[in-house]
Amino acid sequence: MYKLILAFRYLYRRRISYLALAAVALCVFIVVVVMTVMDGLVGDFKEKNHNFTGDCVVGTESLVGFTYYEDFARIAEKANYVEAVTPVIKSYALVGLEGSGRNIGVELMGVEAASYSRVTGFGRTLYYHKGDASKAFNIKSDANLPGFVIGADLWSMRDEKGEYYHAPNPDATALSATCFPLTAKGALAKAGTDVVNTKTFYFSDCSQSGLARVDGSIIYLPFTEAQALCGMTEPVARASWIHIKFKQGTNIEEGCRRVRQMWEKFYDEHKGKDNAELLSQVSVRSWKEHRRESIAGMEKEQAMLMMMFGLVGLTTVFIVYVVFYMIISHKTKDIGILKSIGASCGDVIVLFLGFAAGLGIAGSAVGVAGGILFLRNINRIEGWLFERFGFQLWDRTIYAIGEIPHRLDLTMLAVVTGCAILACLAGAALPSVSAARARPADVLQVSQL
Amino acid sequence: MSKDGFIIEAQGIHKTYRMGAAQVQVLKGADIAVKRGEFVAIVGASGSGKSTLLHILGALDRPDKGVVRFEGRDLSEMSGGELNEYRNKMIGFVFQFYHLLDELNVLENVILPAMVPAGIIGWLSKRAGVKKRGLELLKAVGLEERATHKPYQLSGGERQRAAIARALVNEPRLLLADEPTGNLDSATGNGILELLERLNRAGQTIVMVTHDERVAKRAGRTITLADGKVK
Ligand SMILES: Nc1ncnc2c1ncn2[C@@H]1O[C@H](COP(=O)(O)OP(=O)(O)OP(=O)(O)O)[C@@H](O)[C@H]1O
Ligand SMILES: [Mg+2]
Repeated sequence: MYKLILAFRYLYRRRISYLALAAVALCVFIVVVVMTVMDGLVGDFKEKNHNFTGDCVVGTESLVGFTYYEDFARIAEKANYVEAVTPVIKSYALVGLEGSGRNIGVELMGVEAASYSRVTGFGRTLYYHKGDASKAFNIKSDANLPGFVIGADLWSMRDEKGEYYHAPNPDATALSATCFPLTAKGALAKAGTDVVNTKTFYFSDCSQSGLARVDGSIIYLPFTEAQALCGMTEPVARASWIHIKFKQGTNIEEGCRRVRQMWEKFYDEHKGKDNAELLSQVSVRSWKEHRRESIAGMEKEQAMLMMMFGLVGLTTVFIVYVVFYMIISHKTKDIGILKSIGASCGDVIVLFLGFAAGLGIAGSAVGVAGGILFLRNINRIEGWLFERFGFQLWDRTIYAIGEIPHRLDLTMLAVVTGCAILACLAGAALPSVSAARARPADVLQVSQL
Repeated sequence: MSKDGFIIEAQGIHKTYRMGAAQVQVLKGADIAVKRGEFVAIVGASGSGKSTLLHILGALDRPDKGVVRFEGRDLSEMSGGELNEYRNKMIGFVFQFYHLLDELNVLENVILPAMVPAGIIGWLSKRAGVKKRGLELLKAVGLEERATHKPYQLSGGERQRAAIARALVNEPRLLLADEPTGNLDSATGNGILELLERLNRAGQTIVMVTHDERVAKRAGRTITLADGKVK
């Protein structure tokens, strides 16, 4: 009982305890804020990447594509765990916007608007056809014109708040798209002076996926148009990928495993057929594997951050250790007194560890409370800083980040709090044990001086 | 109680302090025996080892050689837990420099030895009784008005009286006092001595260290320590 009382008194009577408490609180605060923001950014980024693809992607990076894709799509569609399937053409094109005289290289995606928006989050990225993605390529003024959907960053500028400018009634601006058609063997399909396919498309919508790399380099065309442009109709129809969306509740890894089995069977059945050699290049990947290049960097940064927080944690332990070392060396007299009236080593250790635990609990409570308060207002604070001083954490004209994420993860809070308390106990352990082992006569002798 | 009627006896106590290569041989075979109800004063020059001997009697330190028996039991044969209990229940120790805990008020300091062995439940059940005894002791030493004050708000003499009250709270069989008047003016010191005399008349066994012959005269018997031995 006296241990509790004394531990508690040490905690609020000693100014140095407040310093230690502030150190713990600060560490906890920083970890909570940065982890929340980073976690939010990574989660958001992953979600955007997932929105950009189906749950599972069957296909090849090769610009030649693969054959018999329709047959496989039909089989896949019948599987009971599959919600929807869509073929995609992926290639590169030179495009020139009418009147600008400028040619740029872009990534070309040929998609069937209706099925593609069922498999991916495509529909949600559109501006003018948000509610009706199946008509993404339709142009209001003339339904017969072939439309294109363009990445938002290619099309319009963002203002400093990160908002795009969208004309209420956009013109059907023309765009000429040029591709090198390739044969099934990967050779240029045409020879002579006329090696390329060129066709004009008209603006129907722009797409904002929130992925800077995608929005700054992508043009969507109707699937059949893109297929023809890339020469993927001759001599047999080809596609780059088949994106598959699983039914709700299907485990993605498990679903991909079953698609892989399905593909292996399909491959064995088609091996000997005409132009089937392209099938050997096909792989079956989950959306994460498919977008790995994009996600890996972010995950690496997160891992690095965790490591840095490991160091922050170590610093906390060290600070607590130093503080305890000082507190306990100030308190050797008390230890001598306690032992002279019959307190055991264990009592003394428990007393100081109780003090440490109290410090850890109070410190992390303050840190967590401060972190929550700060995160609740982080966007307001940033907005205020921007208005007053023109300071922005991210330049919204460049980064596709709307608001700063601030959703709290209770598990993370619990883990951080637990770690902070453990860090305090670890820091206090050594000084407490060595203090407890001292002989009362020696300690009291010294403290008389 | 040992068969000779001694409450505590120490025989052939040796104690040497080593500080690197230098050695200070403080006690070289000191003997002391105290009967129940006695009031004994240990005198000797400064540095003669009085405090050292008292610490050894109170199990705050261990002798290098020699035996200390309390009521016939050899202290060196006691376990750590038994020694803690010995310090807590059998002995009341009064230090020259009071040694009160700054974080606790006077009453809490006084009843601390009663709290030490108790668990939370045990403490809650006996708290009222212990507090009452603490207040009685404070009254006996003339500090009943100062129960809720902090040690730094007391004068030296008042602190020493609080320390004596603390030493008595567990009704120890033996009170060990190391220069209880050493830091006090003679009037205040006199008050403390009167308190000790009163306690002794009520049956309390006391061993007191002092280097002041006049103080020593107030005790029933005087032991002189010189050259590490009792003369
Ligand atoms: N822990 C220790 N380490 C080293 N030397 C010590 C220690 N404790 C005591 N001594 C030495 O032992 C000798 C005896 O010390 P002690 O405190 O017992 O003397 P004392 O008789 O009580 O003196 P005083 O009357 O001044 O209090 C001194 O020379 C002292 O320096
Ligand atoms: Mg002394």
